[in-house]
Amino acid sequence: MATSAEAVPFIKLATPPLDQRSKYLRKLVVRALEGGERGHIGSSMSLIEIMRVLYDDVLRYRPSEPEWRDRDRMILSKGHGCIALYVLLADKGFFPLDTLDTFCRRDSILGGHPEAGKVPGVEASTGALGHGLSIGLGMALGVRMQKRDSRVIVVLGDGEIDEGSVWEAAMCAGKHRLSNLTAVIDYNKVQSAGPTREIQDLEPLADKWRAFNFATVEVDGHDVEALRGVFRRLPLAQDRPTAVICHTVKGKGIGFAENDANWHHKSKINKDLIAKLHEALE
Amino acid sequence: MRQTCLNMVYDLARRDERVVFVGSDLSPGLLADMKRDMPERWYMEGITEQNLIGMSAGLAKEGYIPYSNTIATFITRRCYEQVAVDLCLHDLPVRLIANGGGLVYAPLGPTHLAIEDIAIMRALPNMTVTAVCDAKEMIRLMNATLAWPHPIYIRLAKGGDPVVSRDDLGFAIGKAIPMRRARSRHAAVLMSTGVMTTNSLAAAELLAKDGIDVSVVHFHTIKPLDEAAVLDFARDADLVVTVEEGIRIGGLGSAITDVVVEQLGTSAPPVRRLGLPDEFPHNYGLQDDLFDIYGLMPAQIAASVRGALKDKAATGVAAVNASIAARA
Repeated sequence: MATSAEAVPFIKLATPPLDQRSKYLRKLVVRALEGGERGHIGSSMSLIEIMRVLYDDVLRYRPSEPEWRDRDRMILSKGHGCIALYVLLADKGFFPLDTLDTFCRRDSILGGHPEAGKVPGVEASTGALGHGLSIGLGMALGVRMQKRDSRVIVVLGDGEIDEGSVWEAAMCAGKHRLSNLTAVIDYNKVQSAGPTREIQDLEPLADKWRAFNFATVEVDGHDVEALRGVFRRLPLAQDRPTAVICHTVKGKGIGFAENDANWHHKSKINKDLIAKLHEALE
Repeated sequence: MRQTCLNMVYDLARRDERVVFVGSDLSPGLLADMKRDMPERWYMEGITEQNLIGMSAGLAKEGYIPYSNTIATFITRRCYEQVAVDLCLHDLPVRLIANGGGLVYAPLGPTHLAIEDIAIMRALPNMTVTAVCDAKEMIRLMNATLAWPHPIYIRLAKGGDPVVSRDDLGFAIGKAIPMRRARSRHAAVLMSTGVMTTNSLAAAELLAKDGIDVSVVHFHTIKPLDEAAVLDFARDADLVVTVEEGIRIGGLGSAITDVVVEQLGTSAPPVRRLGLPDEFPHNYGLQDDLFDIYGLMPAQIAASVRGALKDKAATGVAAVNASIAARA
């Protein structure tokens, strides 16, 4: 049993170097940060490969018909990581890429947290934490009642699952054996105030999800091939929901920001910082 | 009223396959017929109010109309953010059935008294807030809910409440019902909601015996407020008395005062708001005991009307308003 946060190092991931697509998507994140002069840097960068694999290889959707009835539903419950979602939605053509330049501006559709009905492809308005899994399980129940094969993926932050409502939802999803529901946890191990081990320790995290009757797997959340391997197998069990715990690095790809709670969110982002962010991604 | 409301859920479910029931941890056997006949549309999810609201939102997003039910204090206070964000921000047709509105659970103490439910539900954009006066009116409300495109808060009374509503007066969400019309437009008007309409009608009878002729307007919908009805009755009235089973801050009386003051300006009649003061009740007993403590029994309502009319006759509108402010 650890006696202090220092005694437990971050899990060392043997992640392959970021490829060109991962770097390109991160540069799009920087583009939005530049447009808004603010944003959740660390929280978005840890999500990139998760979002990339979901939208490149896993989810079923139609950018020209975001409400298509048979689409898979993806709810970004950690709404503050929305730039990572916006980047993929723009990349896939839900809206033009240059919309990213308007991030957080007065008349933009792209706010600091995603809004359903405003941003094509956003399923639920999130930002207040601990809401997405309940909404997702309601959708999963609805889809199942209608005997359709759409899947519901809910992406949660690690700090987010401090919220008791997440565990109410987990208990309920387990009870209903919702095999069409998957919880993906972006486990970067750093929340706003500091390391999760210090602020509110989540361990043993995989055991918790298993105890709530989720088929649970852990994966390197920046290893594209590993993520594909897991997500393409969804659901992991036919008689219960799935939890995919993605071990990630907060601020991944920006060397000077990685694993640092100070980069959870930045405002007053200036040209110099934008240049440094681009430089870090070269 | 509660049983009628739940029976109506099943009735609506038989008529419309979008209707689902989502309960928390309610009575054994609740809606057993619905559970038997359509188990896939009957949910009992335990003491998880936050999840219950989010799940209802998700079902609504997939085209269902959830009727979601638990005790009034828990479906408002415990999960207020879920109600605000999941239901109201998304503007989804979820119906919150709130058992024990107001002072119904008097013997159970302040944790179970829904004194500010109307005020806090009313503050949420897109939310509709209702408090019908009896079981017959509940049937009319429930029939109207099926086509209403927004979230609705349905406040339930104790049950077994006397039936005072009338079929011939019609029913539409957002439309107040004049239950008693004074012969003169220059009279006092009681504006009430929920079972306070019953007590207001009884108060009107007592006043009539003293030769005081008053109107009673029933607001089964507090939001959207029927502003036209407020103005129609307030414009020429000597006095407006609002009567509600909840705190005065932000409730029906506040809503009506806003309209009267903003629309009628200096020609506004004095407004007296009857309800609970800014405090948690600490007595027990029965609902009527708490009504008595807070001046909401018919004789007390009548006395408040008499007192306010007397103040006005003696000192004029400005002094009445000052007097009311001092008492509040």
